[in-house]
Amino acid sequence: MTAIPAAAGTRSTTGPAHPARRPSRDQWTAIAVVLPSIIATAIFVYGFIGWTLRVSLSNWTGLLPDYSFAGLRQYLDLARDARFAIDIRNTGIFTVLFLTSCLAIGLFLAILLDQRLRGENLFRSIFLFPMAISFIVTGVAWRWLMNAATGSRISGLNLLFHQLGLDPLINEWHLTDPPWGIAFIVLPAVWQMSGFTMALYLGGLRAISDDLREAARVDGANEFQTYRYILLPLLRPITLSAVIILGHISLKIFDLIVAISQNNIALDVPAVYMWRTTFDGNNYGKGAAIGILMLITVAVLIVPYLVYSMRSEAEL
Amino acid sequence: MKARSARRATRPILYGLMIGMAVFYLLPVYVLLITGLKSFAEVDLQRMWALPTGIHFENFALAYEKLAPHLWNSMRLVIPAALISSMIGSLNGYVFSKWKIRYSNLIFALLLFGMFIPYQAVIIPLVLFMERLGLRGSITGLILVHVVYGIAITSLIFRNYYAGVPTEVLEAGRMDGAGFWGLYRYVVFPLSIPAFVVVLIWQFTQAYNDFLFAVVLTGNRTWPVTVALNNLAGSQIVQWNVQMAGALLTALPTLLVYILLGRYFLRGLMAGALKG
Repeated sequence: MTAIPAAAGTRSTTGPAHPARRPSRDQWTAIAVVLPSIIATAIFVYGFIGWTLRVSLSNWTGLLPDYSFAGLRQYLDLARDARFAIDIRNTGIFTVLFLTSCLAIGLFLAILLDQRLRGENLFRSIFLFPMAISFIVTGVAWRWLMNAATGSRISGLNLLFHQLGLDPLINEWHLTDPPWGIAFIVLPAVWQMSGFTMALYLGGLRAISDDLREAARVDGANEFQTYRYILLPLLRPITLSAVIILGHISLKIFDLIVAISQNNIALDVPAVYMWRTTFDGNNYGKGAAIGILMLITVAVLIVPYLVYSMRSEAEL
Repeated sequence: MKARSARRATRPILYGLMIGMAVFYLLPVYVLLITGLKSFAEVDLQRMWALPTGIHFENFALAYEKLAPHLWNSMRLVIPAALISSMIGSLNGYVFSKWKIRYSNLIFALLLFGMFIPYQAVIIPLVLFMERLGLRGSITGLILVHVVYGIAITSLIFRNYYAGVPTEVLEAGRMDGAGFWGLYRYVVFPLSIPAFVVVLIWQFTQAYNDFLFAVVLTGNRTWPVTVALNNLAGSQIVQWNVQMAGALLTALPTLLVYILLGRYFLRGLMAGALKG
């Protein structure tokens, strides 16, 4: 009975307290317990990424596998591909609008809920429930809400605007001329995901001690100044987390586009192109190249965040 | 005193803003619900916002007829996937939080990366692999996929939860002669119920709402409900009112879980942001 379970919080692997010692029987058991997960991840994550990379460097463009080496051909083809250019533009517009809207609305809702109004729990649940729903459901519902028909066939939100006398707001939604159609897909995406930023910010606000607010008030700061100069600066790390989490969701956005756009190329994004070209077009080489490019984009965002999170945790 | 009266004056404005926002979030639900409850005769795109004259279940009945086998597929997929995932996550979390293994931090970070990757970067080999195993097109194959790609998040939630279990408790168990399994069985596991609820809900929701894996790994007999709903929505023959009713039916299981256990759902959500 030599090994003692590591104390919570002292998980540093370089701790000198226990010099290299042969693992005890229990420790071997511990290793055996996590081994299947490690092997599964090694195969399904890292092995498959390597395999995809290999496919992306091949000439495989038909039903039958062809692993003959093609160098960067697939990537160079993508660089000249008009559809992929649309995808990148769409992802850019979508990501910027989605992030700014989610952050702004999330913060707004969190501050509202932070006022300790009656019915707070109910409202919080209402702002958050879309997160429990599939993007496909959201897409189906919003496709009918964003019906672009006009005149006697007017319907959806356009009809509501008309009935409320808000005719100038009537528009073509996601069927607006490129490149702005994609901007309207941000609406259902924000409907679904802004509750997440609200929850993050509200958690942050609630973690700030009341003494701090009281101190600001004693110093003569009004409500607005307290938020502007005391509370919001303290929420900056939360904004960073939110940007990274929402950013990587946005770069991978797929189901929502599939459900709303129904094959409309003007609303295409890399994830949808990858799926179509691989599984409908059998263009495995190109699909793999898109997958790898998506992975690189996401990794640029996520890897520093993971390193930072693990490090700050080790310092606790 | 002045601050307090100013606060009182702004209250109605705050309530107004909050109700306005709530309307935005509830609007799609309102449309789904009233459309679903209309009779076929009343369904008219130009009267989308009008309340139904009575309560009819024709739309739901028709949508259910089309989606029922797939709802059933979803359940056969999601329940085992959530159960297996939570067992694996619990054991991994126990090891990574309470047992000292060399390089465990590095290994854990490498596991975590798996939860952020775009699945487009692994899906081609995944399909080929599942085909070779003879699992493509089966629910079993899809369960396996959700379990494997769920390892990261489930281990993370349990690990963070167990970090809050004091080491002294485990050491006391050790004094009584408990080993790895004894400590897990009699000390750690009985404390884990809240974490199990969080993980079960999380995996249930994730697997149920998934579309990408389902659409490439299952066939028309084994489609879960998300794929079936998307096909229903893409069909030219199926009326929009039936699509709306189908969307609401599809949303119902996860929505019910959220309404009943929302607090735990929120915790899973926060864990996804690496926020314990």
